[in-house]
Amino acid sequence: MKVIYTDNNATTQVAPEVLEEMLPYFHDLYGNPSSMHTFGGQVAGKLKEARQRVAGLIGATADEILFTSCGTESDNTAIRAAIASQPHKKHVITTRVEHPAVKNLCEHLDGHGYRVTFLPVDRQGRLDLEPLYKALSHDTAIVSIMWANNETGVIFPVDEIARVVRERGVVFHTDAVQAVGKVPIDTKHFPVDMLSLSGHKLHAPKGVGALYVRKGTKFSPFLIGGHQEKGRRGGTENVASIIGLGKACELALEHLEEENERVRYLRDKLEDGILERISNAMVNGDREHRLPNTTSISFEYVEGEAILLMMNEFNICASSGSACTSGSLEPSHVLRAMGVPFTAAHGSIRFSLSINNTEEEVDFIIDKLPPIIERLRELSPFWTDSKTAAAVCS
Amino acid sequence: MWEYTDKVKDHFLHPRNAGEIEDPDGMGEVGSLACGDALKLTFKLDEQKRIQDVKFKTFGCGSAIASSSALTEMVKGMTLEEAEKVTNQDIADYLGGLPKEKMHCSVMGRDALEKAIAHYRGEPEKKLEGEIVCECFGVTDVEIERAVRENNLTAVEDITDYTKAGGGCESCHDKIQEIIDKVHGKAHVVHRPPPGLTNIQKIKLIQETLEREIKPSLKQDGGDIELVDVDGNTVLVKLRGTCATCVASQVTLKHYVQSKLREMVTPELVVEEVQ
Repeated sequence: MKVIYTDNNATTQVAPEVLEEMLPYFHDLYGNPSSMHTFGGQVAGKLKEARQRVAGLIGATADEILFTSCGTESDNTAIRAAIASQPHKKHVITTRVEHPAVKNLCEHLDGHGYRVTFLPVDRQGRLDLEPLYKALSHDTAIVSIMWANNETGVIFPVDEIARVVRERGVVFHTDAVQAVGKVPIDTKHFPVDMLSLSGHKLHAPKGVGALYVRKGTKFSPFLIGGHQEKGRRGGTENVASIIGLGKACELALEHLEEENERVRYLRDKLEDGILERISNAMVNGDREHRLPNTTSISFEYVEGEAILLMMNEFNICASSGSACTSGSLEPSHVLRAMGVPFTAAHGSIRFSLSINNTEEEVDFIIDKLPPIIERLRELSPFWTDSKTAAAVCS
Repeated sequence: MWEYTDKVKDHFLHPRNAGEIEDPDGMGEVGSLACGDALKLTFKLDEQKRIQDVKFKTFGCGSAIASSSALTEMVKGMTLEEAEKVTNQDIADYLGGLPKEKMHCSVMGRDALEKAIAHYRGEPEKKLEGEIVCECFGVTDVEIERAVRENNLTAVEDITDYTKAGGGCESCHDKIQEIIDKVHGKAHVVHRPPPGLTNIQKIKLIQETLEREIKPSLKQDGGDIELVDVDGNTVLVKLRGTCATCVASQVTLKHYVQSKLREMVTPELVVEEVQ
């Protein structure tokens, strides 16, 4: 049975063009880009091209791009660099809905000599900017706020935030792992100081990421070692993957329009189709300001893992914010921060599409999902109660 | 992705006895929407007081549904006396095992069954026994102690897997560790007998001390000990394994076994070896 893959915020398929560009660098062209001979030197030339391609996608210059091993390393590098290069400042501002790469690091800092402000979001997952501006102080070393949320797709007004934060002389970092390649990003016009991106979210392989560091931003390396990346990140480059990331960024730029038109259309069709056919279902997050590919839908009175397992029988891949899927016992911190009631938080499913999805696939999901939810609701002790309760209330 | 056995998948995809019995003889409800799983179990007895029909309704993940389904299959046809002996481990075994992190699903099944039986017998709704240790999931020290004993758990993360306690804010981890230590006799909880210990109490305490404290440490050296009799304050034991042939065995007996028993049971005890 064909796999219907709608879990692209988790990871994406490596594009064939990307793979093709990578392959020679595993075996034939295995030289070290730092070597003095031509054999290694030609690899350095290819890395330079990749750097330019990544820069091109976000309106940066090549020397503002630092290659890393993943989005998490990019996030850690950015925050660690900001606090290490301003040792007198002991305050960090972030939000309650960040990816664990930022959230858990900030929670760690919170207990280790730093004061961290975790900004709340509203029921739609939107950020209120007033508390942010109030929290800024002379002691603030960095503000780290994600561009778009991985679970709900909600986009924060990064442009506006960056302007204010920078005016106050504070470093601004954004985790744009989910946004890069899905929405236009131009660092020439968005005054962010640092920006994280990850290869495997945009059809490059896993194990490679990048950090944009605006020229002039104070920096301190996270991985201390050799002279690679101009001494800003030690360690021999993951050559093939970096070349893959370069190609993927070039393709992402080409596909940006398709992502925002065709993929958005498919996402909307999927979302509307599900909401039309299934009662007691709701979208989590601000539908106006969202990534074009993501929808998080909660189905009341059923549990997310059970839904995923039943969809799995049809080879439909998605993910859930339920407790059981994560191995933790509480539902996702994002949905909890938004105040999604428990009746709905445990039954949330995230579909995240890509340009590889087709309308037939969307129709297939719209067809298969309603009986799954109905079946699980029949098994649920709360479902009949809720129906009775609703009848009594009306 | 969880590694579920084929039996778990089968019971999840094709649940047996799903639904609710109208006018049941016994009914038990556990869990809540907030916790992420809940189970309502209903049963009817036949004339021989055996479980004739039993049905479940479950809100929860794949293993919660599978555990409920398995439980109903297991207890059908049992008397209540037989059914109340079913443990959470039996449910997990029936399913060919559950991922460790999902053991709490089997505990939920056992709890619902217990409640349903108590309901049938007209026993009053059990008041919350013990004190809440985990505020996030409302788990008491009594429940944690029971999970530790019945499943021989040794680490805080095991307790979380079996009871959910400690799976939220984690601020109760120290308290959970204390309970584990207490159950395994590691803590300095002195089980001093109250004055006027009955013979039975004394013998039981001697047995417990031998099992929990003395045997494990003798076994480390390849030795073992067996309780033969207790006559007044004289404890008669047989040494086994390497202890039986060890020249220092009398030293072990007097200095270790006797002083341990005196410490844990009563200072009057004298330990004698039976050949």
